[in-house]
Amino acid sequence: MALEKSDVEKIAHLARLHVDATEAGEVANRISSILNMIDQMQSVETTDVAPLAHPFDAVQRLRPDVVTETNQREYLQKIAPATQDGLYLVPKVIE
Amino acid sequence: MSRRTVAELSRSLAQGEFSSTELTRDYLDRIRKFNGVYNAYITVTEELALAQAAAADQRRARGEHGPLTGIPLAHKDIFCMQDVLTTCGSKMLANFISPYNATVVERFNAAGTVTLGKTNMDEFAMGSSNETSFFGAVRNPWDTQRVPGGSSGGSAAAVAADLCAMATGTDTGGSIRQPAAFCGITGFKPSYGRISRWGMIAFASSLDQAGPICKSAEDAALMMNVMAGPDIKDSTCVDLTAPDYMATLNDSLKGLRIGVPKQHLAKGLGAEVESALQQALKVYESLGATVHEVDLPNSHLSVSAYYVIAPAEASANLSRFDGVRYGYRCENPANLEDMYKRTRSEGFGSEVKRRIMVGTYALSAGFYDAYYLKAQQIRRLIKNDFDNAFKDVDVIIGPTTPHTAFKIGEKNDDPVTMYLEDIYTIAVNLAGLPGMSIPAGLHNGLPIGIQLVGKDFDEARLLNIAHQYQQNTDWHLQRPEV
Amino acid sequence: MVWETVIGLEVHVQLDTKSKLFSGSSTTFGAKPNTQAGIYDLAMPGTLPVFNEEVLRMAVKFGLAIDAEIGRKSVFDRKNYFYPDLPKGYQVTQLAFPTVGKGSLQITLEDGTEKVIGITRAHIEEDAGKSLHEDFQGLTGIDLNRAGTALLEIVSEPELRSAKEAVAYLKKLHSIIRYLGISDGNMSQGSMRCDANVSVRKVGAKEFGTRAEIKNINSFRFVEKAIIHEAQRQIELIEDGGRVIQETRLYDADKDETRSMRSKEVANDYRYFPEPDLLPVVIDEAYIDAVRAQLPELPNAKRARFVSQYGLSDYDAGVLASSREMGDFYEEVVKICGDAKLSSNWVTVDLQALLNKNDIEIENSPISAARLGALIGRIKDQTISSKIAKTVFEAMIGNDQSVDEIIESQGLKQVTDSGAIEKLVDEVIAGNPEQVAQYRAGKEKVFAFFIGQAMKVSKGKANPEQLNALLLQKLKG
Repeated sequence: MALEKSDVEKIAHLARLHVDATEAGEVANRISSILNMIDQMQSVETTDVAPLAHPFDAVQRLRPDVVTETNQREYLQKIAPATQDGLYLVPKVIE
Repeated sequence: MSRRTVAELSRSLAQGEFSSTELTRDYLDRIRKFNGVYNAYITVTEELALAQAAAADQRRARGEHGPLTGIPLAHKDIFCMQDVLTTCGSKMLANFISPYNATVVERFNAAGTVTLGKTNMDEFAMGSSNETSFFGAVRNPWDTQRVPGGSSGGSAAAVAADLCAMATGTDTGGSIRQPAAFCGITGFKPSYGRISRWGMIAFASSLDQAGPICKSAEDAALMMNVMAGPDIKDSTCVDLTAPDYMATLNDSLKGLRIGVPKQHLAKGLGAEVESALQQALKVYESLGATVHEVDLPNSHLSVSAYYVIAPAEASANLSRFDGVRYGYRCENPANLEDMYKRTRSEGFGSEVKRRIMVGTYALSAGFYDAYYLKAQQIRRLIKNDFDNAFKDVDVIIGPTTPHTAFKIGEKNDDPVTMYLEDIYTIAVNLAGLPGMSIPAGLHNGLPIGIQLVGKDFDEARLLNIAHQYQQNTDWHLQRPEV
Repeated sequence: MVWETVIGLEVHVQLDTKSKLFSGSSTTFGAKPNTQAGIYDLAMPGTLPVFNEEVLRMAVKFGLAIDAEIGRKSVFDRKNYFYPDLPKGYQVTQLAFPTVGKGSLQITLEDGTEKVIGITRAHIEEDAGKSLHEDFQGLTGIDLNRAGTALLEIVSEPELRSAKEAVAYLKKLHSIIRYLGISDGNMSQGSMRCDANVSVRKVGAKEFGTRAEIKNINSFRFVEKAIIHEAQRQIELIEDGGRVIQETRLYDADKDETRSMRSKEVANDYRYFPEPDLLPVVIDEAYIDAVRAQLPELPNAKRARFVSQYGLSDYDAGVLASSREMGDFYEEVVKICGDAKLSSNWVTVDLQALLNKNDIEIENSPISAARLGALIGRIKDQTISSKIAKTVFEAMIGNDQSVDEIIESQGLKQVTDSGAIEKLVDEVIAGNPEQVAQYRAGKEKVFAFFIGQAMKVSKGKANPEQLNALLLQKLKG
């Protein structure tokens, strides 16, 4: 399956990646060659095959409803790019 | 002393031949001398190492030690270590001081090991050559023009060049086994769920698994005794108590049924690797094993399925790197979208971005069934193949890689060529099985690895099979000229 | 042209657990920003989710309460989108295999008829954090205390046909989650939030119209207003020859209008896929039976019991059973005074008026069930009349004297001594000869005047029945 530049732009936006207009063609080619390799799968009939999400048939363990975390705000915000009054700061979010 | 295996070092420490502090200083000296050549470490934690060594010596003096107390190790830089730089090989985390410890790190700390530092790796573990690291390529100690393999290339190179006694690695599609093969050492990927993933920065959550990178199967068993076992912090970590992996190392291999996948002996396999594999099988026959051909009819689809599932999971796992709470943030973002896009485009390297895009595409509206669902169905077929094969054999043995280590830059033009490097290892992750690579020969001065694959959670048997081979051969003891 | 409104509601209920859905961080409301955001909530690399068992129990409780199919195997999925209050860049939710499947809820309409509303599903998911737009030099502040709190999203079928029905449904849902104790349902604090899918069509039409989703409605009253407004907007649009477009609209309570959110976000592609960090949640019969055994009596069952056990009207029983607290209060009052009907009147009328006036919940009532029971007991044993009881009731507010002490100290005890009443009657007859003459001439309406006069003289304390009988007897001569 060959991707167009416009597909690349759409995917890049979904993934919040910036792809320079000059690179879009090259990126499209590389991704297309990966998709070609992937498309080998399409030759196999899998209609009645149940998808496998995890290697083993294990089930979810449950955790008791207990508070185990303590307030570590100052420590955890030491590594943040921008904070003020305990809040993480980002460019203005417009609804 | 730094050339010895962990098992040997452990005995020497116990006998008081040298102290952990002396041993640690020796490794730190070697790192100072040689890391510039191999670029195996991103961070060296000298102060911490010396403090841990002193503490280990005290523990030994008090008689409160275990076999690994005082043994110097390196952690792949994918494991979070509290108050230590944890980069995952990426510019995105080049300033990330982790606020907590991975379970694997906690367990080694509790065992009293000495942490020499954090090893280089392909960015976010995406790569088979260690060339995608933001911190530069790692060089193979057997030939510095060649790659050490990836993604745990720094750990493999550090062990091969004796810049640590043992190292941790992670394996999503071959990232422990392939570098182990290229560097002539022992690499072990346990069953999915055997070792906690808590604190191990996720690449593909349903495939990632931590494991030992070391000099022998016995060392791997010693490490597994620390690493393996349930962890309430990881829902996917199985609730099975890990056995003592040392206890069964010397079991007899009489009657062992070895399966060799016919698909692995087909075109694409280098003659030197095939020949080393055949020699190894002869060794096993001499130990009482029988060799049988097994059929893994869907194995040719594993790379395809993998390159849907792993990028899809990765595309979501890597969304958290957004410049808000930690890590890289671009300069002067114009608005929110600009912050996201520039932070992520500047912070991630091109291979990581490529995989995020492939994964995003595979999950996007209209393509989910054709890609993601299909890949999961193929995954089931691949698992079924192994289940069928294991009805007749106890272990599957084949090549780890198609050939020996390639040159730096050799496979950078086409990502698909690079992806096919993992053709023998990837299926094992898809099926969640334990697999390991052990050295089985040299060709033109470069190591060759063979891969052993076991049944679900049958790690002890796999280590036993590898150990018996190493008791009867000395490929694992070969070292490059450093 | 006669139009019909079609409404489906998506209600997010914050489950009242101590810790978050997948982490051990506290969920207390109102803590300082980011003091309840641990390393998983902050999406620190390498952190992993572990499912809170109480969330599962609460979801199954809810499912059983609405007679829903319980998912024997439920699966968590990732819903991918970027937003600063969503730290992982995906929300963990349940898409194909929710814990609660199809169920239904019975609501009572204004005319007293019952209507069953289908519930499509209820799934477990994580809440997001909060964005604060107050001035941080033009930046937005992010508080992640709420991020990762457990939500149950309850999705109704598009079976509601008016804003009033929607409110009735929402109130019933509110009542049930409070009965179950799985959430406080506080809409103003955001522990119950409602999105409404609204469309209009001509009465009799088979197809649904194009719907708009209204977000951000945070009170029962606003739900009603937002739906009325949105339906009107759509009708006017269509009647003017326009077309409704499928979009997300925000309700602005200040302006009482809905407005379109930026259409760019509508084109989102959430790329759902199974959350690989969690395994399928498997529930067996024994688990379901154990949860069922913990279920409290629910509103409908309680209402039916009140009708049969206490002989109440369906309406009164419905009011008393509308909340668990009110039902419990009522039954305690009955237990003390022994009169179910009187208790019903006092709780639904007098007490309710008092609570409404001061905007307090019955569990914080200034008059306890024990005291109200005691008061009604004194009506029943004729110590005071119903009328005097109202005076006592007023006196009980903000006064911790017992009912008897109030009656005693304020001299409100009913006069039942027939000698005293006779004396009173004689006085009134003697003092009003003109009215006596009128009465005896056949103008029987004047009787009420004598009662009034007698009560006035006795300060309301004369036993009304005795007074009645004696007056009648004496006036007839």
